[in-house]
Amino acid sequence: MGVGMIPFGRRDEDSLMDMLAWAGLKALDDAGLGDGGVDALYVANMGSGIIQHQTSVASALVDRLSLLPAGAESIENGPASGASAIKNGLLAIASGYYDTVLVVGGEKMREVTGWRATDFVATMTHPTAEYVYGITLPGLAGMFTRLYMEKYGVTREMLVSISIKNQAMGTLNPYAHVEMALSKDGIFDDPAAIVNNPPAADPLHLYDACPVSDGAAAVVLTALDKVKKPSKPPVVIAGFGQATDTHTLQERADPTDLKAVTLAAQQAFERAKLKPTDIHVAELHDAFTILEIAESEHVGFFKKGEGGKAALAGKTKLGGQIPINLSGGLKARGHPVGATGVAQVVDIVWQLRHELPKERQVKNAQNGLTVNFGGFGNNVLAFVLRRVQE
Amino acid sequence: MAIDMELEVVLRPHQYEMPPYPPKVITLANGKKMVVRQAEREDVPAILKSVHPCLFIERDYYDIVSARLYGELLAWYRYRVKSEYVIMGQVDGFLVGIVNGRMETEKIGMSYHTLAIDRGLRIGSHLFAAKMEYHLEYLNQEEVLIVAESPIGFRRWMIEYPLEPTKIPHELGGGDSYLLTREIYFKAKPRLVVGERPVPADLWEVATREIKFADDDTIREQIAGLKGR
Repeated sequence: MGVGMIPFGRRDEDSLMDMLAWAGLKALDDAGLGDGGVDALYVANMGSGIIQHQTSVASALVDRLSLLPAGAESIENGPASGASAIKNGLLAIASGYYDTVLVVGGEKMREVTGWRATDFVATMTHPTAEYVYGITLPGLAGMFTRLYMEKYGVTREMLVSISIKNQAMGTLNPYAHVEMALSKDGIFDDPAAIVNNPPAADPLHLYDACPVSDGAAAVVLTALDKVKKPSKPPVVIAGFGQATDTHTLQERADPTDLKAVTLAAQQAFERAKLKPTDIHVAELHDAFTILEIAESEHVGFFKKGEGGKAALAGKTKLGGQIPINLSGGLKARGHPVGATGVAQVVDIVWQLRHELPKERQVKNAQNGLTVNFGGFGNNVLAFVLRRVQE
Repeated sequence: MAIDMELEVVLRPHQYEMPPYPPKVITLANGKKMVVRQAEREDVPAILKSVHPCLFIERDYYDIVSARLYGELLAWYRYRVKSEYVIMGQVDGFLVGIVNGRMETEKIGMSYHTLAIDRGLRIGSHLFAAKMEYHLEYLNQEEVLIVAESPIGFRRWMIEYPLEPTKIPHELGGGDSYLLTREIYFKAKPRLVVGERPVPADLWEVATREIKFADDDTIREQIAGLKGR
């Protein structure tokens, strides 16, 4: 019904509450709701209790937005908090208890150093089997990438192609944190690449990882039959899926098999009565370049082992077989963890409304997919969104 | 400004012989070519125009770094500092970064400052490496005393090389010096010191024709814009 986002980046001047409020107001404006008509507020946030020493952000935001006495809850599900909050809003509406729900996701991560932000994100790993040994999300992604390379023949050049594609799209997205194009020469071929793009978590390099970002995004959800005269083409959540997997990566029979991604996507497709081939545009959770490749295979866009080749061949660019992360993805739009799942939906809504400039717009896009990846694939949500035919 | 050369003899410090730093070119992450070359004393007024807007940027200690660098550049320009050098990076003629330091003795170098005017491209890393290259390979010194005024500097120099902590005071005051020895430098060189020589004629011509500088707003946006690169 309405969507809104604020530019991601390093927002020193804004508090977490400022960002959440601004994104929420933009979504309310987009929905034409003004300051009324919201039954409940769901706020996706992972780290305010740790980083800002502030909890119960939903209770604070519902007052800040003058939405009292609407219900309000904070949703924390790691980097999948955004999609979880939307799911909860969706279920609340589907249950018939609420007509209209505002979902806001946001995170302010640049308040602390990169080290502390990395440590904060690592608190979602297993405390005694992973965290105590110093594991971080880049560390897990590095090991995952090594295994994926060995099993499926993914190469550094394929990963580099994702970095270049997504950062190029970021230069076209005014909401993107990173607006800097990369050249293959500069980050891969030239001898200077060893300094420009140094190893971060072997075999992943600096530009294989998303930035640490501040940002917020919001959506207003309402039952389709309550929308009388929409000012913009309505977009529906045609299906959602959620699946979980073992907390630790080491317990999985095949650590390269992202079962939760497969299952979440399958559920979403089944509920939407659509197939992967029906999807015109996707926002996948590319916290690391390898994840865009792996997820593109696990959701069914490509066979296992083909995702990297497809990326290298340009099949995931605008105009390709299945355009992925035309927002720049987490890689360039940024990854304020609580905001990401909401931002993915916002970007797909813009795509399905055909509101984006042609450099980012998939022509006549009707169906889109989002995948929000929590933990290291232990809690994944997928949404299939569809433009309502007039 | 009138200069009394008789007094200048007293006021001007001794200068060591300093062989020139040979220019080089580095390909940046965005594919652009950065020419790294030693500045001449006459370049200082042009360089100061790029440093000036940074004086008012609090983010990442740009204010203190640029204020000190401004003073060091003036001190060099007016012959009030011993054996200082300045190395700069230019892309398409535009000044994108500055580093400086000096010879404390023939064998000991004193690193001053590193100022990246365009961010997100590891320009600071490249230029810091260039000045260490100058101290160790061209001035042939044994060690360089280094401090960091920002957490980014600490990460880039102390940790990435990694430098050796000491209890030796640094000329800039503040924390104790860290040391770059020849052993540490040559061990780190393969992964941190890059660049090709000679600089192609067309790039050299553009770099030396004029030191271009972005306008104040552009510099502030590059360094401390909303995107915060």
